[in-house]
Amino acid sequence: MTVNRKLLRRRDLLRSATLGSSALILGGCDAMNENATFRSALRGAEKLNQLTHRTLADRATLAPEFALSDISPVFKTNGSLTGTSTEYLAHLQNNFADWRLRIDGMVANPINIGLDALRAMPARTQITRHDCVEGWSAIAQWQGTPLRLLLQQAQLSPRAKYIIFHCADNYGARPYYESIDLIDAFHPQTILAWAMNGETLPVKYGAPVRLRVERQLGYKHAKYVMRIEATDDLSKFHGGKGGYWEDVGDYEWYAGI
Amino acid sequence: MEVAPKIKQEVAKRHCLATRIWHWLNAFVATMLLMSGLMIFNAHPQLYWGDFGSREDYAWLQIDDTRTKGFVRIGNASFETTGVLGLSLDAKENVRRVAFPGWATIPTGYDLAAARRWHFAFAWVFALGLTAFMLISLVNGHIRKDLHVRRGEWSPRALWSDIKNHARLRFGDKYGTSHYNIMQKFSYIGVIFILFPLLILTGITMSPAMNAAWPWLLDIFGGRQSARSLHFIAAAMMTLFVVVHLIMVLLSGPINGIRSMITGRHVTTSKPEATGDLA
Repeated sequence: MTVNRKLLRRRDLLRSATLGSSALILGGCDAMNENATFRSALRGAEKLNQLTHRTLADRATLAPEFALSDISPVFKTNGSLTGTSTEYLAHLQNNFADWRLRIDGMVANPINIGLDALRAMPARTQITRHDCVEGWSAIAQWQGTPLRLLLQQAQLSPRAKYIIFHCADNYGARPYYESIDLIDAFHPQTILAWAMNGETLPVKYGAPVRLRVERQLGYKHAKYVMRIEATDDLSKFHGGKGGYWEDVGDYEWYAGI
Repeated sequence: MEVAPKIKQEVAKRHCLATRIWHWLNAFVATMLLMSGLMIFNAHPQLYWGDFGSREDYAWLQIDDTRTKGFVRIGNASFETTGVLGLSLDAKENVRRVAFPGWATIPTGYDLAAARRWHFAFAWVFALGLTAFMLISLVNGHIRKDLHVRRGEWSPRALWSDIKNHARLRFGDKYGTSHYNIMQKFSYIGVIFILFPLLILTGITMSPAMNAAWPWLLDIFGGRQSARSLHFIAAAMMTLFVVVHLIMVLLSGPINGIRSMITGRHVTTSKPEATGDLA
């Protein structure tokens, strides 16, 4: 039957077209994904997103804050569950009594500040949502010292552009670190948190202090912060992309989405 | 009476250039968004309602594995999906414990950072394309002339007759008309004015920076995790639309349909004089 044969041929054609195009899409996409030019084109969207967010929101626009009743029953732990450097482990043994946070780099007045002195400074308490890049969220109350107060005290250089957070946790051989720009560094909700849900910050959540930078994703919220450094150039540090996950996993430096 | 009437073929202008460009652009961009979106979902294959939700909380949807079997759980109902969802084999026959299999994701392997870059770049094209299409369609009359559901079409009789025609695989353009039928209008209006904007807005609602800029989005969708659930549901509905759309193209004359979406021209057969009230 010619009609049947024609139908069959058409069906075969359709099937091979579908399979062929799906293989083409997948193979093509994986090839594109490895292509340096294409990757940098995609990276252009990251800049566009950052620009859009900075245009739509004032530099001091707050992230949503929640009520005590909104707090997650169990706040998921992730990333490192403790600092790993020898120095950190010694401080942990000593309950961080001799621990000092160092703020240096492009500042006129480098400072070393202990946990009690940090707690004695004006603090901010906020109940905010933590969003992991993977897609989950958890809500907790954080209390800590606004970063801007420390940067003002250290007399940040007008040439500084970024603030780097050096951490005590290692992933394999690499130390964790993160960085933010000055808009986020001076944002009212950007704090070095030393308390969570009304209690001293537990080790698994980043003791003695962790960064909260509420308009960005979880991996920017560096735990086990030991040293804060002001700089004008991220490329000088570690892999050069401004953070552990940025260096290792090619995650966006600007994590507002 | 089955008298073969004289049928005259005519070539009619059907789709304007803006519609055609947007159609094919969308076919490509939506595919990229869907596939990179499925990879992003693989990073945390659970969905929740409300503001928060993680492995510590109750998920209404879960696509996961028991190490030997893949499953999908919706509420209390669990379905085994080994081989496709939750647990599948890759091209080299290796077992992969991921929600969506490699053939459905961009990139094929697990790479959250890359999938996010694809998704957020193509999302711009999608959102700007939709906005441009809406504006142009408003100006050139596409919305008013072709999509607008006329008073007569709302009558139960007209709706029922359109449903019957669909059930008989008889579509609006069978006899000459190059206009959309009612069901077609409903689905296009639903996709263009409800589903696509919903996808874009729920996507934006997942951004912590946009939550600061536009906190009202969280109020509209009931929290970030609700927005994530709605984003996934809307993507599933978009996929369903595409499947039905492709079936309809095949059933209603694929060559003519595809040609009209490429060249804009549609071959119609003029309505025989004798027949009655077929719309």
